[in-house]
Amino acid sequence: MILAINAPATGTLAAIAAGLVLVGFALRLSELLPTRRGALRAGPISGLFQWRVVWLTLGAMAAVLGLMVVGLIVGDFPVSARDSLRTALWDRGGEFDFIVNTLRFPRVTVAVLAGMCLATSGAIFQGLINNPLVSPDIIGINNGAAVCAVFILAVGGNVSLLPYAAFVGALSTAIVIYLLAWKRGVSGSRLVLVGIGINALLAAVITFIQVRYPIERVAAAARWQAGSLFGANWEDARTLGIGIAILLPLAFILTRRLRILQLGGDASAAMGLRVERERLLLIATGSGLAAIAVAVVGPLAFVALVVPHLARLLAGNITGGVLILTALLGSVFLLGADLIAQRLFAPTILPAGVVTAALGGPYFLFLLARYNRAI
Amino acid sequence: MAHAAGVPFALALLAFFVLLSLRCGALEITSAQAWNAIFDYDTSDQGQIVVRELRAPRTLIGAAAGACFALAGAITQGVTRNPLGAPSILGINAGASFAIVTAIFAADVVTPKGYVWFAFLGALGAAALVYSVASVGHGGATPVKLALAGAVVSALLAAWTTSLLLLDENTLDEARFWLAGSLSGRGTDELRLLFPIIAVALVAGLFMGRQINLLSLGDDVAAGLGQRTALVRTGAGITVVLLAGSAVAIAGPVAFIGLAIPHMVRSIVGPDYRWIMLYSLLLGPCLMLAADVVGRVVVRPAELQVGIVTAAVGAPFLIYLVRFTKLSEL
Repeated sequence: MILAINAPATGTLAAIAAGLVLVGFALRLSELLPTRRGALRAGPISGLFQWRVVWLTLGAMAAVLGLMVVGLIVGDFPVSARDSLRTALWDRGGEFDFIVNTLRFPRVTVAVLAGMCLATSGAIFQGLINNPLVSPDIIGINNGAAVCAVFILAVGGNVSLLPYAAFVGALSTAIVIYLLAWKRGVSGSRLVLVGIGINALLAAVITFIQVRYPIERVAAAARWQAGSLFGANWEDARTLGIGIAILLPLAFILTRRLRILQLGGDASAAMGLRVERERLLLIATGSGLAAIAVAVVGPLAFVALVVPHLARLLAGNITGGVLILTALLGSVFLLGADLIAQRLFAPTILPAGVVTAALGGPYFLFLLARYNRAI
Repeated sequence: MAHAAGVPFALALLAFFVLLSLRCGALEITSAQAWNAIFDYDTSDQGQIVVRELRAPRTLIGAAAGACFALAGAITQGVTRNPLGAPSILGINAGASFAIVTAIFAADVVTPKGYVWFAFLGALGAAALVYSVASVGHGGATPVKLALAGAVVSALLAAWTTSLLLLDENTLDEARFWLAGSLSGRGTDELRLLFPIIAVALVAGLFMGRQINLLSLGDDVAAGLGQRTALVRTGAGITVVLLAGSAVAIAGPVAFIGLAIPHMVRSIVGPDYRWIMLYSLLLGPCLMLAADVVGRVVVRPAELQVGIVTAAVGAPFLIYLVRFTKLSEL
């Protein structure tokens, strides 16, 4: 019964293998990029930027667009590339309107936006705690959302409330962790350890809900818990879009101070930074981004953990520019994972979270060992 | 010898919780009935049947698992010199869960007897992975590194477990009760199967106190005093995995007993691991049985799984540790 689901078509496998080879090739190629810095002056505004990051960002944008197009074209119901693009872009209301504009287009859009939220949130937490192994899923924020969502699904409550409940759950968890870790300031490692404790507690609550309610509803809850893009609609995309419009610029501004914070509490205080206020702002922004994404697509595993690493690997330490690159790479990762989830065992569709966990998990283990060796 | 004087007290406490576990539940049972069920069994008395068939096995399993978890935690904390060393934090629970779900999913294993070995292997694999990843690099397995490696590996295994559960609703239905960590409905078969391992590991662990005392002074000091540290470390590691693996196999993924008990004991008897181990062995079952009884009583006639109760008690305890003690002090 292990593979009662159809064996993947060789074509699909080949495509995925080709994709992976391409990614590896892109990584190699990125090493050839120039490391020069450029300067930007426009009236009162001036800044330094790295050409490397600019090129990488452009590359990531191209990848996002490319994957979006693939996402519009590929699916169970065959729609030719020309037709689907035409329907999506200028000829709305054609023969394939429902498939392209109601099913596929919102789905890829949500993937792009949710990937951005999760990756940015991960980057903020990793920078803040100065430890690349931290992410909202490790310290319990995702499980905070999951408790509320699973509860609603298990008691058969109003599903339309689910995103709001998940959002509230995630944010209140973040607040509780912050308060419990507060002891004349919030130290990174205390935040992590308290978070791990809270995470365990919330996991127990979820288990409790799982054993108390009938299996059909529990199964639905488990499906939500894996995180998926099933049934993503324009409403979801709008929610994510609003969140990103507010929080991403904030994150961009805060990264500047994040870099100062990374020098350590005393040093940054000496440089005139109000350390605790900045930390609070960063935690709030990071939690907010994670909360929105989890509310819409569920607790997709490892996106927030792995993507910031990839960005650091490509572009070096976090700056505003690298943050944008991280967000775009998050989109690429989630789009890719969702495509694989849809096509690997087609017509059986996996939740995207299964794929992000399967790809991100082992990579992360490797990172973990390497990171420990480095410190 | 104030330490030795405490032993009868601890034994009395254990006896009290055993009695409590035999008596409390959906059907209230008198002490006399419990006594008779064990020593003078009368099949016409319904209460005695309940004790004999249901409560005695679960008490036995709870006590054995509690002792194993607590002793495993004590050894881990001593050897790693890490206050967060505990089976659940080492990812043992997640490993066992993943292995069992895999077994149900791929091989249609549904009898608890079949679970045992999978749980055991999963626990072993996860612990080895977490510890080896955490101890790479400068400074060995520090508290934060260990906790993070454990959390990450647990997250990874949990994600894979969820994926498997999703692919097949039957697996979810089979596994969800096991995954909650419960003592109810478990026969003594698993315990009987694993009894030799548990007995050997418990005895071995108990006699490791002196060596662990030395090791807890630091590797250099221990080596300077003539200890073969690598040997002791390996022996202790094997013992921990045997203990925690068997405990998970018989009682399911019950968290935090291995973390909390050694700390409580240390605050009473001081830093001598010979006593810490002995008292952990005696008090671990008390906490486990207490948690089980609480789970039976609070939502009567339904039950709260013991793993849920220990997590509800243990997670605040972990936070307390992090907030109010200096973690590097061990």
